[in-house]
Amino acid sequence: MDAQAIIDSLSPLVPGAAFEAAPSVDFATVYVPAEQIVATCQALRDSLNFESLVEVTAADYLPRAPRYEVVYHLLSVSRRLRLRLKVRVAADGTVPTVQGVYPGAGWLEREVWDMFGIVFLNHNDLRRLLMPEDWEGHPQRKDYPVQIQKSAQTYAPLEVSEEQFRANIERDRVKRTH
Amino acid sequence: MSDIRTETMTVNMGPQHPSTHGVLRLVLELDGEVIQSVIPTIGYLHTGIEKTAEQKKWQQVIPLVERMDYLAAQSNSLAYALSVEKLLGLEMPQRVKDIRVLLAELQRIASHLIWIGTHGLEVGAVTMLFYAVRERELLLNINELIAGFRFFPSYIRIGGLREDLPRGFHAQVQEFLDRFPPKIDEFEGLLTKNDIYKRRTQGVGYVTKESAYAWGLVGPIARAGGSDYDVRKYFPYTGYETYDFKVPTATEGDVYARYTVRVAEMRESVKIAKQALDRISPTGLFACDDTRVVPPPKDKVYSEMEALIQHFLIYSQGFTVPAGDAYVPVEGPRGEHGCYIVSDGTNRPWRVKMRAPSFMAIQALPTVVQGGLIADVVSVIGSTDVVMGDCDR
Repeated sequence: MDAQAIIDSLSPLVPGAAFEAAPSVDFATVYVPAEQIVATCQALRDSLNFESLVEVTAADYLPRAPRYEVVYHLLSVSRRLRLRLKVRVAADGTVPTVQGVYPGAGWLEREVWDMFGIVFLNHNDLRRLLMPEDWEGHPQRKDYPVQIQKSAQTYAPLEVSEEQFRANIERDRVKRTH
Repeated sequence: MSDIRTETMTVNMGPQHPSTHGVLRLVLELDGEVIQSVIPTIGYLHTGIEKTAEQKKWQQVIPLVERMDYLAAQSNSLAYALSVEKLLGLEMPQRVKDIRVLLAELQRIASHLIWIGTHGLEVGAVTMLFYAVRERELLLNINELIAGFRFFPSYIRIGGLREDLPRGFHAQVQEFLDRFPPKIDEFEGLLTKNDIYKRRTQGVGYVTKESAYAWGLVGPIARAGGSDYDVRKYFPYTGYETYDFKVPTATEGDVYARYTVRVAEMRESVKIAKQALDRISPTGLFACDDTRVVPPPKDKVYSEMEALIQHFLIYSQGFTVPAGDAYVPVEGPRGEHGCYIVSDGTNRPWRVKMRAPSFMAIQALPTVVQGGLIADVVSVIGSTDVVMGDCDR
């Protein structure tokens, strides 16, 4: 099933959406406007039997004008079909979350936010996932430097002064003798 | 009675807990022994491989992706190589396809052996580990024979294989394949009818087919819940459609069902590996004939100028891949392994993203264990077969 056939069956289900077929070497790829992604996924799951969302990721095409592309890989087991949805996102753009349709999107979108800084609207838990909680910047962006040295802040070493150290030993000794 | 305290207790499990398969941290909220909520924390093993891959040439990424899922190295590199070959439009010779199938199945057995060993260890069947690791050692010996490396062979390359099979390969693999099926009976003798094991695993950690699909758990976890989805059958790659094998399934969807599915998968893998071994001739083609990607044979490099130039170009500049993107999934030991690659037409990847089955499994863990007992958490994590290197990448 090629991209145009998917678009033909999708268009009546998602009124007003401007779908666009994209060239691909493996399976059908469709560009979806960001504001229609939830309705599109809903229609794909409920009417076109795409039961599973296997992957959400993104790519940063830095000098290009819509800077990011968020990529969704959908799978229909019953129809033996795969589908790739792409959403163009501007540098400061946002995408609605598809968590409500596919619960498995939760962490995948969280990872995309962690790595690219693309905000997913209405996401229930958009925190750092792979990077430490207090990390600055989004490492997978193309303008993020590759070889930087940065010590993680989360686990600052516990510093004990000499007086505290002695007092601890003293207290311990008292405990032991009793 | 008024002084009975009813608040819940928060328990931190991991990241150094022996049954969390590496560095997974779980924050459990307990009401007595019953789990109220689970918050998994991952990222302790994040090494930025995907970012590093963008700085490397296409062929230099193979050893990197093998280190993601470190128990199924060749499943990663196969997914990556197939994706790049898809963009390049390469078609492999039949012999290369068969060798790749053989290696992928041996890799699956090796991964399942570690799984059955550690899972048994965690639920109290300590002996399992020694039996399983003993067999895995033979598979690592085969890796050592073909590539010199035991864990990360980097033998599967873009455009084929690194070199031809070594002398003695067939005999060594045949010896393993003859020896192994009785050993599976031995494993089953230890666990399948073991009353303690059954009590720890039956009726625990249910995942239905529908919830597996919704959470993206396509693989052995979905198959234990009644799905028959297997990439090898549904979207065949490297010639799996020409092999005769069954996809083991179960319907219960609990930990024990996942155990039976994986054990049956090992038997099927032996079947596939035997067929593949029969088809592979001792010597022959080990790469496709595309001179852009595959370096010329060594004797030509020493005698022909063009071959020398080509050899030099591939190893210094690398090769370019047409612009575009591709995602070719393979059936890894843990489920659908896939590599999404984006090329901008240069000699380095623009984006490499591994689809990690362990990542999805840990995401779904809270819904699986909620309302169960704390002792079952160990058994459920074991049954999902997570590898933190795969999860954190």
